[in-house]
Amino acid sequence: MNTLIAIIGLGILCLLFEIFDARKAIIPIVVIGLLAILGLDISEYNNPNTYYNNMLIVGKFSSGFSGLFIILTIFLVSLSHKFYENHQTKISDFIAIKIFLLAGAVAMVSFGNLAMFFLGIEVLSIALYVLASSNRLSIKSNEAGLKYFLMGSFASGIILFGICLIYGAMGSFDVTEISELSRSAELPIWFPIGIVLVFIGMLFKIAAVPFHFWAPDVYEGSPALTTALMSTLAKVVAVATLYKLVKTMNADISPAFQLIIVIVSIASMTVGNIMALRQVNVKRMLAFSGISHAGFMLMTLLSISKSSGTLLYYTSAYALAGIAAFSVILYVCKTKENEDITNFHGLGKNNPLMAAILTASLLSMAGIPVFGGFFAKLFLFNQAIQAEFIALVIIAVINSIISVGYYFKLILAMYTKEPNETKIPTPTVYYAVAVIAIVLNIALGLFPSFVLDLL
Amino acid sequence: MNVSLLLIILLVGAFATYFAGDKLASKVALLFSLVALGTSIALLNAYNVGENISFFKYWINNPSVSYSFTADGLSLIMLLLTTTLTPLIIYSSFGNEYKNAKSFYALILFMTFAMSGTFLASDGLLYYIFWELALIPIYFIALIWGNGDTEERKKAVVKFFIYTLAGSLFMLIAFVYLYQKAGSFLIQDLHKVELSRMEQFWIFWAFFLAYAIKIPIIPFHTWQAKVYQKAPTVGTMLLSGIMLKMGLYSVLRWQIPITPIASKTYLPILIGFGIAGVIYGSIVALRQKDLKKLLAYSSLAHVGLIAAGCYTLNIDGLRGAVLQMLAHGFVVVGLFFAAEIIYRRFGTRTIADMGGIRTQAPKFASLFMILVLASVALPTTFNFVGEFTVLYSLYQINVWFALLGGTTIILGAYYMLKMYQQVMLGETNSKVFADVNFHETLVLVIIIAVIFFFGLYPRPINELITPSLDQILRTLNRIQ
Repeated sequence: MNTLIAIIGLGILCLLFEIFDARKAIIPIVVIGLLAILGLDISEYNNPNTYYNNMLIVGKFSSGFSGLFIILTIFLVSLSHKFYENHQTKISDFIAIKIFLLAGAVAMVSFGNLAMFFLGIEVLSIALYVLASSNRLSIKSNEAGLKYFLMGSFASGIILFGICLIYGAMGSFDVTEISELSRSAELPIWFPIGIVLVFIGMLFKIAAVPFHFWAPDVYEGSPALTTALMSTLAKVVAVATLYKLVKTMNADISPAFQLIIVIVSIASMTVGNIMALRQVNVKRMLAFSGISHAGFMLMTLLSISKSSGTLLYYTSAYALAGIAAFSVILYVCKTKENEDITNFHGLGKNNPLMAAILTASLLSMAGIPVFGGFFAKLFLFNQAIQAEFIALVIIAVINSIISVGYYFKLILAMYTKEPNETKIPTPTVYYAVAVIAIVLNIALGLFPSFVLDLL
Repeated sequence: MNVSLLLIILLVGAFATYFAGDKLASKVALLFSLVALGTSIALLNAYNVGENISFFKYWINNPSVSYSFTADGLSLIMLLLTTTLTPLIIYSSFGNEYKNAKSFYALILFMTFAMSGTFLASDGLLYYIFWELALIPIYFIALIWGNGDTEERKKAVVKFFIYTLAGSLFMLIAFVYLYQKAGSFLIQDLHKVELSRMEQFWIFWAFFLAYAIKIPIIPFHTWQAKVYQKAPTVGTMLLSGIMLKMGLYSVLRWQIPITPIASKTYLPILIGFGIAGVIYGSIVALRQKDLKKLLAYSSLAHVGLIAAGCYTLNIDGLRGAVLQMLAHGFVVVGLFFAAEIIYRRFGTRTIADMGGIRTQAPKFASLFMILVLASVALPTTFNFVGEFTVLYSLYQINVWFALLGGTTIILGAYYMLKMYQQVMLGETNSKVFADVNFHETLVLVIIIAVIFFFGLYPRPINELITPSLDQILRTLNRIQ
């Protein structure tokens, strides 16, 4: 609770910076503030509590994931400094929106009431719509924002409709009450329909097949930093929320529902990977790769009672690799018009460190040992096999092999092609963020128990 | 003193090499590889006097994974092969200039680290991690420092990577499945698992896919020749000398003991695969125009025989296979080095462009001749001991296996001597060929000395490996 209030306070503070014309100080202060909030969050880890008639439930799950979100936001805010160099006058808006987005994210994982849940989603989504179209003069960014807004508000509508049906069936918005009622023998037909509608809406938010069509266009059109945010923070938030929603409201998953999850998961992995093979734009490629990762993360829903640690681990490994990859992409494509693979030619010669970091983060996403991504997949497969979904695991493995194809396309471009221009100077902050993110990723791989046993 | 020390030395060596800078990198790498060799000899001594050189430390609680390194005779001999060949390989590259040498040598040491870890790990997951880690350095070595057209090389190397990764991921599924049954990744627990016939078959083939691609066994060999040809010679030596032994070693250590029923059921098929490799490799080698490709196919033939030896499931076959692994490791490194020596002078690997070297370089001609003879298993060489033992064990199973397997010697003699004739003899070539210098002589002489020494006196190795092989067979025969 305190975390959420502190985040909102920080967001308001950001807006005040503009009034007092202290824009230069904004990023350091926000980073320090977020670090303090991270401390606050850690202190809440051991004090589970509920607030405002169960509107918010703060516990291990919520504070564990909130911690991850805060860390990701710190990275994203640090990257903002260079990225908005040419928009100095608006920087406090951009930062404030990111902080409010974080507030929405935290609300989403600590909801105890469907009203709160919906509120969180909307805060997060509206912030994202704004950020997607934040490059006001670029027609692509405008297109991305509008597309995302139209599709996203449609999905929100579906979620809202689902919530209404659940309320109609149960007479309550409170998830614990709903969960208790759902164990009774006779459920009105509205209840499963409502659950399915909410589920569909959330699948849209995490960009799982067949609700993924917005993702590639929006990722490509948005400014690169927003894409980084969408593919790391926003995706992780949505998956964690979906997990919590399913876990608290629908403790005993029926076989039919499991079948749906398996199908969606397989479809996401396969479609995402196969489409990614054909992309030449790196942001688009990562959008499809994100779709396939969403498929992997959905596998945690199959053994929902004990997989929260695995989900936190997977999302951390994926998001940290994503942050590292995007800081390299931001660096390489800073002066370029697009993010095509050709821009990465010869990076191995021009800037070996950045190339090595991008390679490492791609290897992590592909699931090569010692990086966090490998252990994430391992724990995931382990739990899926425990729950006796061997066929699903085999398909997931085949998908991992396919994914190597496009991750390596980028690596090959960096190391075998001749550079097309001379060196571009690297802002230290890109280096710092990339190095810290990849080091955290490797540390996750070397000490998996640390995160795995948190939840 | 325990085996983790060796791994630490190699890992530290890799970093030290990188930070030593381009000029010093090769020397630092050589130094660390020699220290590693010394350490592994010391480990061997400690093992022989009965000291406990294993290492165990918990790593992850759930799923339970541990840093568990156990050394028995088999692991130690593979370790010695690795640490003996690495300094030789590094030293053999001294005549070449590499761009970005610090990364190049650091990757070599890192690969040695990963391969040593593979030979030592006794926790299934740890083993898998090392197994995969070994793949990344060789990928970059072959990709960045390889020769020939970039596009073609890229294709070959990526194919190799995806192939091997695909195979190993199925092994990973097998391990995870076994973990559900055993509750642990430790090899001794995995040996105790009772698996139904059906489960054994699935797990057996999952392992087989990983190993057959790595070794490579026909029909999973298609990546091999291209990669051997395109990789820099150092990479080829690492691949053929050490890395493919990882697959053979794993067959003995992991595959056969965990799935005894399946191994016994498929025995004839697997030996068939191996022998098919022998014949196919030899015949294809006959037609090769590129020296490195010829050696690649000859390696395929030899490895087929070793694989057949591993799958005979009797003590002679296993022992012969291990002996032949070592012998092949040395000879193949020597042969690839000879090819590299020629390439340094002529700038070509096409056999037709060579010839007339013997008259100009008698020293090189004799050294090369010895290697060629060793490769065709001439008596008194190490290869003879290995190949003969394997053929003997094949004979015990079925005389036809031995006969067909024996073609390796006949066909091998044919294509190797024909190659020697075309490369070394003939009219004096118009191109000048300087005789081998000190570095090159030293490498070749050490290899030849090892080949002859153990060819005449294989007993120490036999004594070292036989207890562990017996142990493997006991585990194998726990279920009748």
